[in-house]
Amino acid sequence: MRVSLFITCLADQFFANAGADAVRLLRSLNVDVDFPPDQTCCGQPAFNAGYWDEARSMARHTLEVFKGAQYIVLPSGSCAAMIRTFYARLFESGSAARRQAEVMAARTFELAEFVVKVLDVDELGRGLEGKTVIYHHGCHALRELNIREEPVRLLRNSGAKLADWEAAEECCGFGGVFSVKLPEVSAAMADRKLDTLPPADFLTSADGGCLLHLSGRMKNRGFELPVRPLASVLWEARREG
Amino acid sequence: MRVNYHELARKILRETPSVRESVTRATLHFDSNRRKAYAEIDTEAWRAWAKGVKEHLLTHLDEYLEQAEERLRANGVQVHWALTAEQARGIVGDLASQYGVRSVVKAKSMLSEETGITPFLESLGIDVFETDLGEYIIQLLREPPSHIVGPAIHRHLDEIRALFHDKLGTPSDADPDSLAKAARTVLRKAFLQADMGISGGNFLVAETGTLALIENEGNIRISTSIPRVHVALVGIEKLLPRWADLAGFLQLTARAATGQRIGTYVSLIQKPGGGQEPDGPEAVHVIFVDNGRSMVLSDPEVWETLRCVRCGACLNVCPVYRQTGGHAYGWVYGGPIGAVLAPGLLGLDSTSALPFASSLCGACYDVCPVKIPIPRLLLTWRRRAASRGLTPGSEAAMMKGYAAVMRHPLLYRTAARAMRKIPGALDNRVIPVIRNWKSLRSGLEASPKSFRELWKEGID
Repeated sequence: MRVSLFITCLADQFFANAGADAVRLLRSLNVDVDFPPDQTCCGQPAFNAGYWDEARSMARHTLEVFKGAQYIVLPSGSCAAMIRTFYARLFESGSAARRQAEVMAARTFELAEFVVKVLDVDELGRGLEGKTVIYHHGCHALRELNIREEPVRLLRNSGAKLADWEAAEECCGFGGVFSVKLPEVSAAMADRKLDTLPPADFLTSADGGCLLHLSGRMKNRGFELPVRPLASVLWEARREG
Repeated sequence: MRVNYHELARKILRETPSVRESVTRATLHFDSNRRKAYAEIDTEAWRAWAKGVKEHLLTHLDEYLEQAEERLRANGVQVHWALTAEQARGIVGDLASQYGVRSVVKAKSMLSEETGITPFLESLGIDVFETDLGEYIIQLLREPPSHIVGPAIHRHLDEIRALFHDKLGTPSDADPDSLAKAARTVLRKAFLQADMGISGGNFLVAETGTLALIENEGNIRISTSIPRVHVALVGIEKLLPRWADLAGFLQLTARAATGQRIGTYVSLIQKPGGGQEPDGPEAVHVIFVDNGRSMVLSDPEVWETLRCVRCGACLNVCPVYRQTGGHAYGWVYGGPIGAVLAPGLLGLDSTSALPFASSLCGACYDVCPVKIPIPRLLLTWRRRAASRGLTPGSEAAMMKGYAAVMRHPLLYRTAARAMRKIPGALDNRVIPVIRNWKSLRSGLEASPKSFRELWKEGID
């Protein structure tokens, strides 16, 4: 089985080690991983901001880069949703680009989802034994891709205890361009999440954007809870277990 | 008017932080009740059914409006048509003068807020009493509603205590029951003196000409039965085709709005009093109001907005709305539905900020009883705002530059290298994106090496 990794521009620049951990995890599950070097950004910021021509041009580039891939896996629910749910909207129905977008959508998965749904793996190892973990559901993974159980199951089956968090499924306030267009509202939303945090060893999520935002707000307010990308946590579950 | 959501939201967060606390508490409560009430039924089936009924209605609206008018007239109800808010005010004003009205009691109605009925009647020298407790509170405060169902949820109990102490002379430590009692004393008198009762309409059944009103306080029942004249303002999209549709909508709306199985009072009105009907007003008038709705209906990208039953469920679940309440949205409808209704009804020029007042988390769609695809509608309005030049010019230029970089892998790699090489590149607050990111968040560091560099070196 061959996976083309779409690292996403955000993880490429800000979570490079988590990307490497995603590669290690997939390889340990007998997956061939390749990295098409011309990949850049899926175009979601432009799409969400209303600039569909710009988004379309980035979508075209991405469709070209991943043409022919067997599976495309992303360590991000949000960018995966951009491809799976929104790319088709950018192209006229019946057009060649639309067909290409639909083909790519059918082959695209978020990392934890791919492990559970495609690789049919429920248990990575017991490397998180004794750890209490807070899981933040990224909104696009949860509501656009319907990924709720997969990451949680992988964490639990690695021996982690999932801390109850009343705000686990609420938006953290990142929202891509939202976070810089409306920073005060965005930060207030993060505060609601932070003010309800249960005690735990660390917080994790499939989405780097949420993590940058939450950890940035935590640092600003003096929180000391470690924040870790899901790919690294899942690799730890496997490596240590 | 041009809504500056950012400025309004910032001001509320900075100057009245208790709003965030009050709205969050109230909406979490509403939403948790909604969740329980949804869990009791096959919500997916109900939502799909309700969506289908409204879809059918909206695609045959002309026929059902004619049918409704015919049935209402046959029942002895007088029917008026208002294309604009101004026409709606004019009709109400004419009726007030026709019936010699000096005092009006109002049942809670978002459409009357939308069309500005109260200030208009007051300008004619008519006394107007809001009779819903929440509406009464905001009338005393001279504020617009902050929420579709709970207009005063942005106010803390202490603030209401102080208000009532000041206006009604209640003790400054009065408990909620005594506050309600004080309002009731004022309103009882108003009910008995009023010449006209004004209501909205949750639904109007075309088949039978029946106006349906949902409430919990009993004030609507009184406002529509004691005064000599009852005037109902009904949005043209509020029809239901058949009598048989009503039972489902009454229940679904109550579950979505407050988590009740049905409203405490449901009033079904189809004719004036008299004859075999000892109670009720001498005259009932229904004003069908368009005020932008047929524009929305004729727009294939956004017409689904009109399915809205005004339950407020999307406000209750919205993490953006919770931070500020409804006043940040600058118009009567706040929250996710307000952000898509306002551009539809008022036009995008004055409201283009509102579709951006969302993180696109999608929670609104999940709870909407008629499955309005609010996140998709927000994206549509954003696209229109950008393509019509209603977004900041600097943003348009930035987006062009960013897309050009991302289309060219070499440029992307060069930019990424520059970010690492130039000391403090991510600290440069001259760049708006970085300035805004860092205004309330600390520490933003790129990985020492990009992933693609790690990949090149080999990952083991």
